[in-house]
Amino acid sequence: MLAEIGIVTETLALLAAVYAVVAALWSVQKRERRWLHSARNAVAVSWLMITAALLALLIELINADFSLLYVYNTTDRASDLALRITALWGGQAGSLLFWSWIMGAFALAAVLSNWDTDRRFMPYVIAVTIGTLAFFLSLTVFFENPFDRFWQDPSGNVIVSALQPPNTWPLAQRDGLGMNPLLRHPGMLIHPPTLYLGYVGLVIPFAFAVAALATGDLSPRWIRATKTWALIAWLFLSLGLLLGMRWAYDVLGWGGYWGWDPVENSALLPWLTGTAFLHSVLIQEKRGMLKKWNMVLIIITYLLVVLGTFSTRSGIVSSVHSFAESPIGGPMLVFLAVSVGIALWLLFRRWDSLRSEAELDSVFSREAFFIINNMLFAGLTIATFWGTYAPIFSELLTGEKITMGPPYFESVNGPLFGVLFLLMGLAPLLAWRRTSTRHLIRALAIPTVLALALVVVIFISGTRHPVALLGFGVVGFAGFSTLAEYWKGAVARHRSRGEPYLLGLLNLFKRNRHRYGGYLIHLGIVIIAFGIIGSSIFQEETQQRLAAGESLVIDGYEMVFEGLDQGMAPDGSKYVVQARVSVYQNGQLVARLNPRRDIFINPHGAQDLTSPSVYSTVGGDFYVILVSWEEIGDEGTTFKVYLNPLVGWIWWGGVILVIGTLIAVWPDRRESRIRSRALATGLAGSSEVA
Amino acid sequence: MSHNVAIAGQVTGLKTRFLIGGGVILVAVAALILSGTLMHAQYFLTVEELLSRPELIGRNVRISGAVVGDTIEFSDDPLEFRFEIAHVPDSGDEIATVGGLAEALHLAVSDPDNPRLLVVVRDQPMPDLLQDEAQVILEGHLAEDGIFYADTILLKCPTRYAEELPGQVE
Repeated sequence: MLAEIGIVTETLALLAAVYAVVAALWSVQKRERRWLHSARNAVAVSWLMITAALLALLIELINADFSLLYVYNTTDRASDLALRITALWGGQAGSLLFWSWIMGAFALAAVLSNWDTDRRFMPYVIAVTIGTLAFFLSLTVFFENPFDRFWQDPSGNVIVSALQPPNTWPLAQRDGLGMNPLLRHPGMLIHPPTLYLGYVGLVIPFAFAVAALATGDLSPRWIRATKTWALIAWLFLSLGLLLGMRWAYDVLGWGGYWGWDPVENSALLPWLTGTAFLHSVLIQEKRGMLKKWNMVLIIITYLLVVLGTFSTRSGIVSSVHSFAESPIGGPMLVFLAVSVGIALWLLFRRWDSLRSEAELDSVFSREAFFIINNMLFAGLTIATFWGTYAPIFSELLTGEKITMGPPYFESVNGPLFGVLFLLMGLAPLLAWRRTSTRHLIRALAIPTVLALALVVVIFISGTRHPVALLGFGVVGFAGFSTLAEYWKGAVARHRSRGEPYLLGLLNLFKRNRHRYGGYLIHLGIVIIAFGIIGSSIFQEETQQRLAAGESLVIDGYEMVFEGLDQGMAPDGSKYVVQARVSVYQNGQLVARLNPRRDIFINPHGAQDLTSPSVYSTVGGDFYVILVSWEEIGDEGTTFKVYLNPLVGWIWWGGVILVIGTLIAVWPDRRESRIRSRALATGLAGSSEVA
Repeated sequence: MSHNVAIAGQVTGLKTRFLIGGGVILVAVAALILSGTLMHAQYFLTVEELLSRPELIGRNVRISGAVVGDTIEFSDDPLEFRFEIAHVPDSGDEIATVGGLAEALHLAVSDPDNPRLLVVVRDQPMPDLLQDEAQVILEGHLAEDGIFYADTILLKCPTRYAEELPGQVE
């Protein structure tokens, strides 16, 4: 019954979405407002229908109804409630439906919250967002239906289909396969929805950009309407990337967190263009420049978002060997080509109207540095895109498949990121239009001296690696320069208003959330960069076979192997092998760790899950993995130990980044007052016309 | 008048400087990508392709294949594990004709005439996902002794956990 409800509601959702697109465009054609109202209502209906379908699927998952293929694939009887809920996005079909639900919610929110202020845009905003939604819903209904069920025909064949084929009867499996144990990690459970929120959020600015192009209202209106959307999307995208890294670090047991894998790269790509976009729209707002570039940037971001949505779940890029294997590969390419084609056509039609309102006045201006910043982000995007899709390109060009491993990305992206940090330190020191050389030198002095001092301290403490010293210096410069901005602001408030420094600092955030929240994001990124440089250049590892009582030594640490425990878990779901080790630093016991291996037993075979055990300090992580052991006795147990300097800074930098973004997007009372005033005058204006 | 001309001259000068500066950045980025590609690009081959090209012996390449489960051997001391991989076709069409990647992996392993390659991985813990019919991507080189020595090993999630049709229920 629930499956039928699901099939009916998802189909109705698709129909309502298609109707909304047609009605929205028809309202432009006919110049009749009632069609637009009707389209808006259809958006709401579509979202409600998706909600119903999603709830039906959720109940099926919680009830463990194994007559559904999707439930069978993603859960089993042993799964607890949390696992059954997360199974909603644990497989391809469910995650498409879940993605559609978020897309619908965002589209509805964007339409309702801008309904009065940006009415002219609405037909196109609905057409783009709901058009995208309709495409994903049609994949759900026609290609990857989460409500596909098992049927059996008289000769005993099992058939999978959403609707009952003639001459068959329903069939329910006794138990499901359950989610892969590797995916049963809190980071993994919330990582996909976080990425989706980021992806979907970026569709909204794209929709407004298309609306601006279609209506010819090329003022920064579309940017103002979507600034918060873009920032929130960026926040979720960043969070999704960080959670994915944390999951890899905690679960995959190779001591690292980022492998330049195609799946990771395809989530990084829209982050790169999205970050560039957040910077470049500032120039359009302040100076009326870069109008064409912003359009191009948001179109590319949309392209990368749709591409990323598929590749993270369907694995189309992860195994380049099976690009055509997924049934949704073909429709996706067609959809991408059509939607990007329409956007580009609209852009070229308006090309001449998008002329810049100003010229650059000086190289030493903030806008000039923002342009260089954008060139570098574009370079990073192209380099990452080329490296990720090299097998496909090279085969098309030469017939030979060529791939790029991590060394390629490190050698190309590393220097580009380095220069970006230099800009991050320089740009806030520069004024709009032009900055006098004297002012610049004075502003540069303190951060430069502090960065050099930092390099000297690191050098004296024994680090001689030139790339690391350069990296720490550049990143440190960006950090000190950002801190100096806070310092200058607080001092200015202290002088002019007599505010105590700390209060002055707090008031800075209040007065200009975007700017000072943005600087906090910069500080978060600086801290993340310290963590990445430290952990990737100075990682140490050792691997040794120990008998109980023996110990291994690595860079000031001694690890004593105390013993091994193994046996079935009480609930019988897995066999657990756990080692007891003690970690000493300078003769002092600092941690007792339990690296372990869980062997999950499944009707279809066993799946191992290696859980590293970690002792974390500010200076770095002591990360130990249980590699192998003997069935009987404690005589030969092999451990692999990684020392990952500064790796914890990545997670703490991430926390700061999140706080900074939240400050930047927090509704500004002043701004909303201006907005509501604009709304009031706008309404008055429109009633005059009427 | 002459003042205006001077300003115009300054502006054009500035514009040229920007164009040159922008050009320099673009060339630098392009050079970086090109040199990165030339230095770090690897051939991505199937087992069959690698075996049919003896000139690639000793060269660093990336290959993909299917893990043959019963050939996995693990040694503690010295730490090393070895296993055979079977050739999996790399064209999407071929994979689609046999009924998807899971089926292609299954066929690759069960066909005894399919080309196979012995792989040795040293000083690395055995990955959790190394199991029968898993899709594996390896980086390393084929040595004169016919063994592929892998420096990195990358495994795709086993297909048996998802998207597999259960057999008949009795």
